[in-house]
Amino acid sequence: MTSEDLDQVPGDPEAPLPELPGHSSRSRLERILRRGDFAVTAELNPPDSADPEEVYDRAAVFEGWVDGINATDGSGANCHMSSVGICALLTRMGYSPIMQISCRDRNRIAIQGDVLGAAAMGVGNMLCLTGDGVQAGDQPGAKAVFDFDCMSLLETVRTMRDEQKFLSGRKLSVPPKVFLGAAINPFAPPYDFRPLRLAKKIAAGAQFVQSQYCFDLELLDRYMMRVRELGLHEQCFILVGVGPLASARAARWIRTNVPGIHIPDDIIARLEGAEDQKAEGKKICIEMMQAAREIDGVSGVHVMAYRQEELVAEIVEEAGVLKGRKPWRKEARPDDAAVAERLVEILTEADALPESLEPLAETDADG
Amino acid sequence: MAAAKPQMAGAYTPADVSGVRRRRSRYSIRLWSVRNARMLEWFYARFSETLLKLHWFWNLVGYQRAERPVKAVEKLTKQFLFDCRMCGQCALSSTGMSCPMNCPKGLRNGPCGGVRANGHCEVEPDMPCVWVQAWEGSRRMTNGDTILDVQKPVDNSLWNTSSWLRVTAEAAAERDAAKDLAR
Repeated sequence: MTSEDLDQVPGDPEAPLPELPGHSSRSRLERILRRGDFAVTAELNPPDSADPEEVYDRAAVFEGWVDGINATDGSGANCHMSSVGICALLTRMGYSPIMQISCRDRNRIAIQGDVLGAAAMGVGNMLCLTGDGVQAGDQPGAKAVFDFDCMSLLETVRTMRDEQKFLSGRKLSVPPKVFLGAAINPFAPPYDFRPLRLAKKIAAGAQFVQSQYCFDLELLDRYMMRVRELGLHEQCFILVGVGPLASARAARWIRTNVPGIHIPDDIIARLEGAEDQKAEGKKICIEMMQAAREIDGVSGVHVMAYRQEELVAEIVEEAGVLKGRKPWRKEARPDDAAVAERLVEILTEADALPESLEPLAETDADG
Repeated sequence: MAAAKPQMAGAYTPADVSGVRRRRSRYSIRLWSVRNARMLEWFYARFSETLLKLHWFWNLVGYQRAERPVKAVEKLTKQFLFDCRMCGQCALSSTGMSCPMNCPKGLRNGPCGGVRANGHCEVEPDMPCVWVQAWEGSRRMTNGDTILDVQKPVDNSLWNTSSWLRVTAEAAAERDAAKDLAR
């Protein structure tokens, strides 16, 4: 049996997966991580539109290359289609979305409601984030809510899932079966507190974590060493964030305008020195992925190719981190082919129609 | 045309939306408290013991009636020392004597990922990150490792109430319960 067969219902690739013992969700990502395969996730750039097709198109470029798709929740405090909406659309297509929940925009009443709603729609992974401050985005006059912080959010969703109750203690009739995630940033001070903060997140309920963009392997190595000392990599799956930088100018812009992203000077110098900066950015990303794969305790990578999403497939392929494994993709069903054939027939018939009608029209005119 | 804003190389610069740009000197006392976290921890331990010993008195006056004057004193002291916001559920002992409510995101469980390379806040560029300070303060304290405990979300119905009195009342109830058990 190949891995593709494991991750879909035979005969119906879009159907929700059956629950496995010991798993907290029916998520495909959870299966892959628990099986010990190196996972790849990618971030979907949310559309500024109410058109579902835009979401499908943006997800289609990842198909067959990633095990989970992150739907951001107003990342960088910019307004886009909501993560609940995107995830609901993605589950319709059979993808395994990772719903990001940020504490910036909603209070505990709204968030707990969204968790239930999304779980009902079939969302199996949720990533609990604090969220960027409103000053970073396109609506700096907005009220920053921050009713929860990422830690209390994690704990609340875990309580909902495991103890089947709201934060208030009120009972849930069916709990949200979700695989819980959190974010880590090993690249921001206080560096010696960061691994302990991961321990805290695990205590609060994190089962997997995705890191901020990694452009500094030395810092990552130091962080992972401490993580291994604490044994945290055995309690939680760690996915390292990577992404291609489009140019030296873009890199400079990102580090001054996007909170929490650390890009060392030598990376920028390397981009500047390159003839084709975009290709160099991609190369750096691939190198980071390959290096991350070799680090003990790293279970996967999270590719954030903002506005370069079409590169994700190439990057994953060239980095070779999947080692030949083919992630889930929606395959054409046998009867789909028959439908397509018939459709072509009908369309060609329609083209032929006017000609066949012409003689009739002539006879009519004659009559 | 407005003059270009000076930019620090490699540092994240947010939109200039805050009407209040506080100077570094504004944080001197807060930073002093963190530097002297151990001393403050020792002092607070004695102080809370004293408050507990006065439980009979608070009971006599009534905790409700004591609330206003005690709150006034608490507010003055803690505002001076920690820039306290009177959230009513003080966590200073678990946060290295750096008040987490001064974090623009109100984080009570550690620093967000947006901390700048120089240890300053993502939102307020001139403010040293409350949680970088908290970590340093906690390393100076005897019971600093409580910074690793997961804190509950803020109960927003407790704002502008006295944390001292609540802690005292709770400790007294606990003490009485223990006494009852022993009997």
